[in-house]
Amino acid sequence: MSLSTDDVRKVARLARLAMNDEEIEAARSQLSGIFNLIEEMQAVDTGGIAPMSHAQDLSQRLREDRVTESDQRERFQSIAPQVESGLYLVPQVIE
Amino acid sequence: MLNFSLKQMGAALRAREISSVELTRLYLERIAAQNPLYNAYITVDPEMSLEQARLADELLSKGEAQPLTGIPVAQKDIFCAKGWRTTCGSKMLENFIAPYDAHVIEQFNKACAVNLGKTNMDEFAMGSSNETSHFGAVKNPWDRERVPGGSSGGAAAAVAARLCAAATGTDTGGSIRQPAALCGISGIKPTYGTVSRYGMIAFASSLDQAGPMARSAEDCALLLNLMTGFDERDSTSLQREREDYARDLDQPLKGLRIGLPREFFAEGLAPDVAARVEDAIAEYRKLGAVTVDISLPNSRLAVPVYYVLAPAEASSNLSRYDGVRYGYRAPEYADLSEMYERSRSQGFGEEVKRRIMIGTYVLSHGYYDAYYLQAQKIRRLIAQDFAEAFRQCDVIMGPTSPSTAFRLGEKGNDPVQMYLSDIYTIAVNLAGLPGMSIPCGFDGNGMPAGLQIIGNYFEEARMLNVAHQYQLATDWHQATPSGVIV
Repeated sequence: MSLSTDDVRKVARLARLAMNDEEIEAARSQLSGIFNLIEEMQAVDTGGIAPMSHAQDLSQRLREDRVTESDQRERFQSIAPQVESGLYLVPQVIE
Repeated sequence: MLNFSLKQMGAALRAREISSVELTRLYLERIAAQNPLYNAYITVDPEMSLEQARLADELLSKGEAQPLTGIPVAQKDIFCAKGWRTTCGSKMLENFIAPYDAHVIEQFNKACAVNLGKTNMDEFAMGSSNETSHFGAVKNPWDRERVPGGSSGGAAAAVAARLCAAATGTDTGGSIRQPAALCGISGIKPTYGTVSRYGMIAFASSLDQAGPMARSAEDCALLLNLMTGFDERDSTSLQREREDYARDLDQPLKGLRIGLPREFFAEGLAPDVAARVEDAIAEYRKLGAVTVDISLPNSRLAVPVYYVLAPAEASSNLSRYDGVRYGYRAPEYADLSEMYERSRSQGFGEEVKRRIMIGTYVLSHGYYDAYYLQAQKIRRLIAQDFAEAFRQCDVIMGPTSPSTAFRLGEKGNDPVQMYLSDIYTIAVNLAGLPGMSIPCGFDGNGMPAGLQIIGNYFEEARMLNVAHQYQLATDWHQATPSGVIV
């Protein structure tokens, strides 16, 4: 399978990755090779087979709805790129 | 002391023949002198390690030690350890100081084992050669021009070069077993759900599983005893009775049925590796085992299935790196989306970006059924092949990796060639089964080959028994790389 540069550009946008034309072209050729490998799957008849998401086929455990985490805001914010007055700072999005 | 088993080392510590501080210093000095040769560690912090060693010595002097108290263990840099820089091999987390402990780290801390440092790894565990690390490639102690395997390459090199007593690793598609094979050490990936993933930086959550890497199966059993156990903070952690993984080590192997999948001995396997694996199987026959020919017909699809499922899960897991709460943020941007895009583009390396893009594509509108769903269905077929095989045998054996360690840079430009080095390990992750690798000899260049042992669900004690009996009869696991000074 061969991907177009537009396909790759679209995927990069969805994945929030900035890429220049050269990077897009390099990615296109490598991803096409990988998708050739992946295409081997398409020949398999999987009619009637249930998808397997987990080895043990467990259902999700439930727990009591109670507070288990303490407030560690200062600890967590000490490793943030930019904070002010206990808030995470990002570029303005609303005028 | 450096060649002591963990059992012997623990006994020496409890007998006060050596203190944990002395033992930790011994390793720290070795790391300071020799790590530049191998680049096995990303972070060492002698003060933090020695502080733990002092606590261990207190317990040891009070006679309150557990089997691993005071033993210096290298932790893969994928495990969050409170106060330790935890990078996952990425520029994205270059300055990330973990604010909490992973469950695995808690378990080692509770036993007062010493965290000796954080080992190098492929970025976000995505790689089979340790060359994708932001902190530089790791060199194989058997030949520093060759790769150690990956992604737990730093751990494997540290064990082989005697720069730690033992190490931890994680295995999503072979990341414990393949580097163990390429560096001539022992490693086991337990049944999915046995070791908690809490605080282990996520790559592909339905496949990621931690396990020990050490010099022998016996050492692995002791480490596994510590690492396993139910943890409610991991939604896939299994609620099971605690077990002693060393309980069956001494059982004889008479009558053991070893399944040999014909697909694992076909085209693509290096002749040297095939010969060493066949020698190992001959040794098992001498120990009383019988062999059974089996088939895993869908195993050839494991690599394609994996390269849909793992990138899909990774693209979702790695969406958290947005430059807002922690991790790398680009220095310049005009608005919010540019901040996201630049932070991610500059913070992630090439292989990680490649996998995020594969994952994003296969999960995107219109492709989900053709890729993700189809892969999940074939995943079931692969698991069913193993279930069928285990009706005829107790364990499955074959090569861990199709070749011994390749040269640094050799597979650099071809991701597909790199992906194929996990051809025998990936199916085990997809099925959620336990798998291990033990050394079984050398190729013509003196590079170690690995024997893979695959067990049925929760059969770790049996696999460790099978590995241990081989290690009693052979001495491949005791070989030391010639450049390593002991």
